[in-house]
Amino acid sequence: MNFQEIKRTLGVALWFVFLTFPIMVIQVRQVDMTIDWRWENMIYVGVGTFVGGLLWRFALSRRKTPGKAIPKVVSEDEHVSLEAVAGTGASLKQRLAALWAFVTQQKFRRGIYIAFAVLLVVFPLVNSLYQTSIMTTALIYVMLALGLNIVIGLGGMLHLGYIAFFAVGAYTYGILNHFFGIGFWLALPLGAFFATVAGVLLALPVIRLRGDYLAIVTLGFAEIVRIVFNNWNSLTGGPQGIGGIPRPGLFGIEMNLSMATTYTYYIIVAAVALTIFVVWRFYNSRLGRALVAMGEDDIAAESMGIDITRIKVIAFALGSLWAGMGGVIFASRTTFINPASFTVWQSVIVLSCVVLGGMGSIPGVIVGALGLILIPEYLRAFSDYRMLMFGAILVTMMVFRPGGLIQKKRKAYTFPVEEERTS
Amino acid sequence: MSQQILNVYDMTMDFGGLRAVNHVDIAMDQGEIIALIGPNGAGKTTFFNCVTGVYTPTTGDILIQPPAESQRSIKGLKPSTIAARGLARTFQNIRLFGNMTVLENVMIGRHTRLQAGILGAIFRTRKTMEEEEQVIHDSYAILKRMELDQYVNDLASNLPYGAQRRLEIARALATDPFLLLLDEPAAGMNPQETKNLESLIKRIRDTEDVSIFLIEHDMSLVMSLSERIYVMDYGKLIATGTPYEVKNNPEVIKAYLGEEVSA
Repeated sequence: MNFQEIKRTLGVALWFVFLTFPIMVIQVRQVDMTIDWRWENMIYVGVGTFVGGLLWRFALSRRKTPGKAIPKVVSEDEHVSLEAVAGTGASLKQRLAALWAFVTQQKFRRGIYIAFAVLLVVFPLVNSLYQTSIMTTALIYVMLALGLNIVIGLGGMLHLGYIAFFAVGAYTYGILNHFFGIGFWLALPLGAFFATVAGVLLALPVIRLRGDYLAIVTLGFAEIVRIVFNNWNSLTGGPQGIGGIPRPGLFGIEMNLSMATTYTYYIIVAAVALTIFVVWRFYNSRLGRALVAMGEDDIAAESMGIDITRIKVIAFALGSLWAGMGGVIFASRTTFINPASFTVWQSVIVLSCVVLGGMGSIPGVIVGALGLILIPEYLRAFSDYRMLMFGAILVTMMVFRPGGLIQKKRKAYTFPVEEERTS
Repeated sequence: MSQQILNVYDMTMDFGGLRAVNHVDIAMDQGEIIALIGPNGAGKTTFFNCVTGVYTPTTGDILIQPPAESQRSIKGLKPSTIAARGLARTFQNIRLFGNMTVLENVMIGRHTRLQAGILGAIFRTRKTMEEEEQVIHDSYAILKRMELDQYVNDLASNLPYGAQRRLEIARALATDPFLLLLDEPAAGMNPQETKNLESLIKRIRDTEDVSIFLIEHDMSLVMSLSERIYVMDYGKLIATGTPYEVKNNPEVIKAYLGEEVSA
């Protein structure tokens, strides 16, 4: 931190004061036609920006200078010793890294998973209805993020229309229930099926496209789907949407709102568990590997015998399936759907979950989705500044951890394989 | 006389008005190492791209005859199908899957020899698991033969340059080819690495039962390695023969060094 940097930060602060002057300082009272000059706000903005800017520069400079190598706390057999760093002159960062390695080592991993599972199961029992409801929403997004992660994180295809498949799932339930009285449990596979079909239909024309072009086509596709739902009044109820969608049934038992909310929560927990299970197994399979290879370099992948067309269709189909299923659950939860729930903005949020959490990493996108949906909810205490803080968190995240919260790690194999078989 | 495995017949490739490959005929026999050389922009890589299906040639035909199979045309097939038929290639500018491990890169090469589908992967059927175990085993064996086993779980992008080149060859070998097409394998290597590469290529031909077709600029490598050489200039074949014949061919000297100005 030198004088030059401080001077520059000061400049930024002054510029920011100037920019925010009209909204922060001048307040026009239209009733009595007077102007309040809130000079104190100017000082707050100036000082706040200056301190924030200094912190920012400090953090950036810390990131750029390569720190001392973290002592190797994980030996070959994954045995972790905290003693390696305790007492030595290790910095806080090193200690944290050692602690993280200690906590996440192989022998604890199963315990951590079980702890998370138990936490999820008891969640509605110890929390209010409101909390349960928020958590349900967040888990729906976890499901969406996991699905989109197949297309973006593994296949490297920028897909901006993912919410369309969510809409297809939701409307499948809405329409089939409205016209044929089909219940939740039948609609769930049907919604997944129709979303998968829609995924294949989208995949076929976009096979030749990549990068920006793919993004534009998928964006267009999502808009087409939304506009069709918005205008096909006789089928979808147009902008008024479809109301009175029944909540999930359980052998015809009458449930009050509280019970129904809890029940829906458990359904989404089970659905997320199923998603994780399937996606996890797909990841390290022959087709999952082929998809990753295609995302890395499609020309090389094709020359190695991977049928690009087939693998793209599979990726879109498998990605869309979870959106469709999530859509049915969403419709049953809100009991009302209209096209306004399926705008491009929703696609962007799911995309952010994936990118922020860590593209291609399953724990990453789960954490990303939970964070991205829950943080704004818990920031309600700061009401007016909620979205501002949310934006600041996103920017900070992407600057300091561009690979996402939890970065993907390729599976390591032990050799020789013969030993692995016997052990 | 051993069997002819590749017969490129009267092949032309036009890009709009530009004729990159001009009525080229190239044939090779099983077990041969042949080379295609020529100045920059002569159309060598375009030729490779036509043979491996990246481009479909404008005219002509490409016939292959894998050992113990009948002759068939591969013109116009997809690159993935051609790879499945037994032609594998490497790239002039290394195209590894950088964020995958070395082992996974080779496992991708095995892709076309496996069957496992989605349902097999999700339910982990016995067949899928056995196949998976087999592919790990086979891939590791290939890495071992290519002396890359020390890097097995490293990301491909973290490998030293020479090892990356070798990994590309290993990945190509994993597809079980009968013909290996190497596009400038020695590019960017120092003399020592080139020497190692030379013995490696010879060893691959002798032990892996593949024929080798290479494009190369490094003349010492080409001359000592290849049994026959084709020379290309401006899309046309201008000479063919043994290294000795090609080296003394006036057309070739003209293409590389230019014409002598009569003063």
